[in-house]
Amino acid sequence: MKKGHLIGLGIIAVAIIIIVSMIGDASTYESFATAKAMKMRGEDKPIHVVGELKKNAGGMVEGIEVNPDKTSFYFMMVDNDGTEQKVFYNEPVPPDFARAEQVVVIGSYKNEDLFVADKILMKCPSKYQENEVSTAGM
Amino acid sequence: MINTFIGNLGHFAVILAFVSSLVTAFGYYQYTVVPELEKKTWQRFSRLAFYVHSAAGITIALALFEIIYSHRFEYFYAYSHSSKALPVHYMISSFWEGQEGSFILWIVWNVLLGLVLIRTNKAWEGPVMVVFALVQAFLVSMILGVVIGDLKIGSSPFILLRDAVSAPVFQINPDFVPEDGTGLNPLLQNIWMVIHPPTLFLGYATTLVPFAFLIGGLATRKYTEWVRPALPWAQFSAMVLGMGIIMGAYWAYVTLNFGGYWNWDPVENAVYVPWLILVAGIHTMITFKKSSTALKSSIVLIIATFILVLYATFLVRSGVLGDSSVHSFTDLGLSGQLLIYMLFFLAVSVYLAAKHWKNIPSSEKEASVYSREFWIFIGAITLALMAFQVILPTSIPVWNAIVEMFGGISNMAPPADQVGFYTKFQLWFAVVVALLTAVGQFFWWNKMDAKALREALVVPYVVAVILSAIIIVLGKVYDISYIVVVLASTFTIVANATILYRLVKKSTFKLAGGSLAHIGLGMILIGVMFSSGYSQVISFNMSGLTYSNSWEDELNKEHVLLWINKPTQIKEYTAIYRGRQKKVKGVPGLVNVNLLKSTDNVNEAIALGDIVYRGKTYFQKGDRVPIVLEENDYFQIDYYKGDEYQFTLNPMSQFNTSMGLISSPDSRRFIDKDLYTFVSAINDYEDPEWREDEFFQVSPGETFYISDFVTEFQGGEVLNQIEGVDLRDGDVAVKARLVVMDYDVEKVLEPIFIIRGNQVGKIPAIDNELGVKVEIDNILPESNQFSFKVNRYQKDYVVLKAIIKPQINILWAGTIIMLFGFCVAIYRRYDEFRKMRDKGLEY
Repeated sequence: MKKGHLIGLGIIAVAIIIIVSMIGDASTYESFATAKAMKMRGEDKPIHVVGELKKNAGGMVEGIEVNPDKTSFYFMMVDNDGTEQKVFYNEPVPPDFARAEQVVVIGSYKNEDLFVADKILMKCPSKYQENEVSTAGM
Repeated sequence: MINTFIGNLGHFAVILAFVSSLVTAFGYYQYTVVPELEKKTWQRFSRLAFYVHSAAGITIALALFEIIYSHRFEYFYAYSHSSKALPVHYMISSFWEGQEGSFILWIVWNVLLGLVLIRTNKAWEGPVMVVFALVQAFLVSMILGVVIGDLKIGSSPFILLRDAVSAPVFQINPDFVPEDGTGLNPLLQNIWMVIHPPTLFLGYATTLVPFAFLIGGLATRKYTEWVRPALPWAQFSAMVLGMGIIMGAYWAYVTLNFGGYWNWDPVENAVYVPWLILVAGIHTMITFKKSSTALKSSIVLIIATFILVLYATFLVRSGVLGDSSVHSFTDLGLSGQLLIYMLFFLAVSVYLAAKHWKNIPSSEKEASVYSREFWIFIGAITLALMAFQVILPTSIPVWNAIVEMFGGISNMAPPADQVGFYTKFQLWFAVVVALLTAVGQFFWWNKMDAKALREALVVPYVVAVILSAIIIVLGKVYDISYIVVVLASTFTIVANATILYRLVKKSTFKLAGGSLAHIGLGMILIGVMFSSGYSQVISFNMSGLTYSNSWEDELNKEHVLLWINKPTQIKEYTAIYRGRQKKVKGVPGLVNVNLLKSTDNVNEAIALGDIVYRGKTYFQKGDRVPIVLEENDYFQIDYYKGDEYQFTLNPMSQFNTSMGLISSPDSRRFIDKDLYTFVSAINDYEDPEWREDEFFQVSPGETFYISDFVTEFQGGEVLNQIEGVDLRDGDVAVKARLVVMDYDVEKVLEPIFIIRGNQVGKIPAIDNELGVKVEIDNILPESNQFSFKVNRYQKDYVVLKAIIKPQINILWAGTIIMLFGFCVAIYRRYDEFRKMRDKGLEY
């Protein structure tokens, strides 16, 4: 066998390892319902859930409970299917948290009632593009 | 009054730049294909067209900067990216905060590069500039801002606010101009954000140069000649792009509270990947110059670099990463256009390469295992695989989009632990690369066979093993994979240092670029391994208090709550939070907020006492004090060891009205480590919700408790005048003096009580730091007592995270050495190209 072929085979082998590992380690976007079902089946892999913070009739975010040491908190989140879920995050409240129009939590269920987020991504429309003229500037 | 001139000028320049780039492309194409006699005319014409294009490009930039600089908030761009409070250097950052501005930056760099190329190259001008002009046409189209029905071509930075948003105020008054803009994203208010984007975009822009030479070479059938002029540019590009990446990492480290310099965020990955491929391409090009092999791989790699830069742009700007990245741009509706841009150049280059593939010379001979070509080729493959491993998962949102385009459903998400996932692979690839650079360099400078190789490597190997042993023992590196990293990196450092020594002794420093860059690589690896692998959070909550009895108390809390004035243990330090400070113009240190009373003007305060720094008085009581960005608070945190004061850190945060709390770290730098700290939550004392009233009746000299503070009521005093209040005859004003003790701090609170006829007035004393408001509720002469009404909030606090980053300076030093190595190599290759050109051997 020529050396070139050996190298070629080596590259293909490494590429396959990379692809397989990516598929193995990739997480998935799920709803709270499927995440809970996964937990019940004993799958502990962290997953992504996309949703919004729970808001009251006045459009104000509700259900954020900061622990007394300020270094962790609970919040209520509603996923895209409308399922409401209490989430725990072992970090201080991220700065613009209550303003986020969409949040992505990455984590898993700790027990049946509580989802524990390892990481939170927030999407604030104002972050990179101002689309509305705020009344304060008027 | 709305100034439409400047916007119209800018927009006109955009259209002119677009048209002139197409004219330039056409002109240079003619110049390349017409017979020799007509060439001169076409050259003059095309150059003129490109000069017009250059002038237009620069005008666009100047017009936009004028809009920002003159605070023309009638323009959407200035309104949404700038504000009056910004100093000039941050106005520069505002310029490229938006996508449109960063496209303009890119356009201007390309213009400058084009002008340099016209001057330095003779025969290459035609084909190279065709590619340049076409790229410019695509870039300018991104800011064209032409809307035809549903079709939107480009997003113009010159649109007026009233056209961009629909606010009712414009119906009442179309000429309305907002007082102030919404300001610059506070994360970008940093000196690194002034210089990092231009560097990065120069890096992006320069990848076009080797690509243009290559495409020109393919089109004009100069299959091998393009390498010589392209090589110094490729090296320059890799150097600048590398510098841009490092600056980004450094910016993240010193400004963002990510807790590190590299987060494997998609935006970071998207620029790392083309850099890896470019470095691989440079190596194959160098091999080609030495031995006429690896030309085909060079072609593939240079094309891939340019396409990957476009792909990076697409990823970052199309909004496709919306759910997976914290800092990608939002979609401006340009994704289709970006896709066409990328696919156009991909198609053109693949077509040209395929068409000429069989004519491209390649070496028939199989490369020997004892040849440098072989090892460099393996190195290039490793770099390419590294890039592949990063870009594949980064593109997961794209895969999902493609699956969904064909009607499927894909809910794949990026790995939950990105850092762990990427590091797992990149670490081992980096070890392979380090070993290859060590061995490869020996091959490079010597003729080798098995025996010679063994002899050449044995000394560096032994030295490296001894050095590694020392590092492993001193650094307590007990993890097997990290031990391998240490071995591989010291081996590459020692081997390349040996080569460097020989080169400098025997010939000139000019040849030392490669070994220097590789030494830098070894140091970077060691620095990354220590600072990331052995970084240690030290801010555990050590209070020992359990707040509730639920399971989460067992979790490690990586933050510590510091109440004001209260000593708190952080590892071997005792930290005390001493309050907030502001940066004041003209004062070298920071100034405590207790000395400043804000006024209605932006960035201005009145001094409540003399502002003294190191014995020198900068402002006197009552002076108007200019503040540098009033929104920024610096938290004074003093560190002690035992009773001995060590140092003070001032992590910064900005309470931004549109983004909430933005936090910037401050670090104590030691030679062998950084103590990296940032504030992750603060007390919002702007508008506290006071708890319910408490009443105390106290006689002078008596002591009582407010919250936990021992408070002494020292007595009352009749006042004849009060600042800010007009006392009349017959008025009685009494001031009570209360001393509140909080740890080692005594605070004096002086509430005032005024009696005018039958009416009483009360001026409460408020201390925000202690969270206390005291009012004299009544004076009871019969019992010689004062009745105080007390409201409490909470004491001021910060929540802090502190991390030790060992040996991070080796990382920074390594990057500087690597960049320096690049510079030496660029000089060598450019010198070579220039000499050949001047001899007339090559153009």
